[in-house]
Amino acid sequence: MKTSLLAADARTKKRNAAEARFKAYGFAAIIVAMLALLILLTSVLGNGMSSFRQTYIALDVALPEEKLDKSGVRDLSVMSKVTTIGYAPILRNALLDALAAQGIETELSNKDIGNMISKEAAATVRNKVLANPDLVGQTVSFDVLASGRIDGYFKGRVTMESAALDGNTSPEALMIAQALADAGVMETKFNWNFFIWPDASDQRPEAAGLGVAILGSLYMMIVVLVLALPIGVASSIYLEEFAPKNRWTDLIEVNISNLAAVPSIVYGILGLAIFINFMEFNQSSPLVGGLVLTLMTLPTIIISTRAALKSVPPSIRDAALGVGASKMQSVFHHVLPLAAPGILTGTIIGLAQALGETAPLLLIGMVAFVREYPAAYTPESGLFGEASTALPVQVFNWTQRSDPAFVERASGAIITLLVFLLIMNAVAIYLRRRFERRW
Amino acid sequence: MSIMKLTATTAAIALMTTAAAARDNVQVAGSSTVLPYAAIVAEVFGENFDFPTPVVESGGSSAGLKRFCEGVGENTIDIANASRAIKSSEVEACAAAGVTDIIEVRIGYDGIVFASDINGNAFAFTPEDWYKALANEHFIDGELVANTFTSWNEVNPEFPDQPIQAFIPGTKHGTREVFEEKVILAGCEEGGFFQAMLDAGVDEDTAEGKCMAIRTDGRSVDIDGDYTETLARIEADTNGIGVFGLAFYENNTDKLQVATMSDVVPTTDSIAAGDYPVSRPLYFYIKAAHIGVIPGVKEFAEFFVSDDIAGPDGPLAEYGLVSDPELAKVQDTVSGEVVMGSGS
Repeated sequence: MKTSLLAADARTKKRNAAEARFKAYGFAAIIVAMLALLILLTSVLGNGMSSFRQTYIALDVALPEEKLDKSGVRDLSVMSKVTTIGYAPILRNALLDALAAQGIETELSNKDIGNMISKEAAATVRNKVLANPDLVGQTVSFDVLASGRIDGYFKGRVTMESAALDGNTSPEALMIAQALADAGVMETKFNWNFFIWPDASDQRPEAAGLGVAILGSLYMMIVVLVLALPIGVASSIYLEEFAPKNRWTDLIEVNISNLAAVPSIVYGILGLAIFINFMEFNQSSPLVGGLVLTLMTLPTIIISTRAALKSVPPSIRDAALGVGASKMQSVFHHVLPLAAPGILTGTIIGLAQALGETAPLLLIGMVAFVREYPAAYTPESGLFGEASTALPVQVFNWTQRSDPAFVERASGAIITLLVFLLIMNAVAIYLRRRFERRW
Repeated sequence: MSIMKLTATTAAIALMTTAAAARDNVQVAGSSTVLPYAAIVAEVFGENFDFPTPVVESGGSSAGLKRFCEGVGENTIDIANASRAIKSSEVEACAAAGVTDIIEVRIGYDGIVFASDINGNAFAFTPEDWYKALANEHFIDGELVANTFTSWNEVNPEFPDQPIQAFIPGTKHGTREVFEEKVILAGCEEGGFFQAMLDAGVDEDTAEGKCMAIRTDGRSVDIDGDYTETLARIEADTNGIGVFGLAFYENNTDKLQVATMSDVVPTTDSIAAGDYPVSRPLYFYIKAAHIGVIPGVKEFAEFFVSDDIAGPDGPLAEYGLVSDPELAKVQDTVSGEVVMGSGS
């Protein structure tokens, strides 16, 4: 049989075709993955970008003494008896004045006009007045939130058609809002408060923010880092470098690998039983959340740390031992520094996994409505002992709310969470690239 | 860092945290139906009083009451929200754990409505229609036969030819119980099917069970999530008819149209007047032992049922709660700390 290098024989053709097919499958797999990501991102970004902007009304609010401080002595304990419910008409009058000043006429009832202002606004004004009682009797400028429906109109969520069917707003109210926006009284601007303010109830989606959730997540990450990193690294060093290889260490190894695959909700059940019922730590606290997430992250950190230690060539250890270093010196002076980038990467990926975890937090009471910023330490509730929520939990919470404005907020929270995860993973990749050594 | 140092640090942290105990905020857990109301009250309470804003968790009436009954002490909740009355078995469980003095507070009523896509057909239901459409088996000529209806016009000739597709709350929801009792069972009784079964010699409990058995052939889908999920299902399948809370419907009137029940349109007024048949009371339960121990428990409860909040013009009614006509009596219960079973 004649063979030629130029004309491929049947077997070569077959092999080449197999390779081409495999490449095509791989490419198709990537395309599917990218499409899925693209759809997720478009839907989240499309829904959520608007949550970073918010509509405010600039109002000159007259603060009448006869309403806010009848006694006239500016006694705080008396003035605080006027609740936010009492402040609402004052804001409504301010808006009516603004409408009159702009020459905007409407057939809308005063109550409906009052509903254009967020319920949060009354609290804003009240807090300011109580902080500075001398303001009573004056006219003060405030930038107050517009209600969720009005805000939705400027973001395209609410239209004239939907408003006509909506019991909570009306096309007339939207027309007034448009007129006010044209006059510059109403303005939609970047909303830093989304990252600062705490959660808000269903009646004021416009005021809901991620403040408590971000703080809670931060506290939990601190707990996880402080506990999981040293425990994880110590146990991996022991297992990898010092422990004798026998049946017991094999058993431990199998268990650690197994734990890494245990569904996270199981850790929640464990946390409820141990940390809350037995050790009596506070419910809903970032401390308990952090401890549960620590248990969950430990296997990940141990496995990646052991892999990093394993990748350090035995010649390094041998050389250290050869020049007279003790076992411990060889590990801490030579092996650990070389394995550090891998350990850090593993830790960061473990932390990122913990940051996005919701299920175990359900059981320890962190899926809650919390408006008070948790303090890092108070003598009463200890370190990280105050109730709080976390970022993924906030997303979960907001998707269950009935007001459609929360859909936007939930997507906004997802974007925030994704940005945090992206930063953490980018740092992990950077560290690996920057410090990794190959042999 | 040496291992010694690490151990010392972790030990120090453990020590610092075991000192934890006292709590200065009220903790509430329970029904997801009551959650939005409780959150609204907690928010206004927090901004107007010197107490911190209470923490409100959801999770369902049963889960909330279970945690409520875990015992007395700072790491147990103070108030449980419930979309149904506490069961005697739960009161016993409470008593066994030392929670003996419970104050029952009825905050108002919640309407359960049937709503479909805004651009779809309008419906005027009676409970009987729902029984016929969703019962697992019909009692015809002395025999139980599987429900074969697939279109609403088979149920009632006045209805359009629209496939039967219902999204009803899953069994973990308190709403499901109300739906079964006030709609399906009521329809079974109104249509005479219940009586027919009794006449045929079926005993009462079995007959009731047969009446309330919901078909499982996919025409009725249990929604275990929240109303947002039901809404999403209806948006995906515009033939679907969903069961919602009145408050949820009122916040989404631009996407949903509501069906009448026995010719009554569900509104807070028609429910308060007792004309709209499908409604249920909402409650919260206070652990009396925590009053005076956890700051703000009583103040929060009193504020919750005050006229400004739970009255017919208050924010809760605005959100969709049907104000309790006997609110004054409820207020007395709270201010007098009248516990359950004390005979009043």
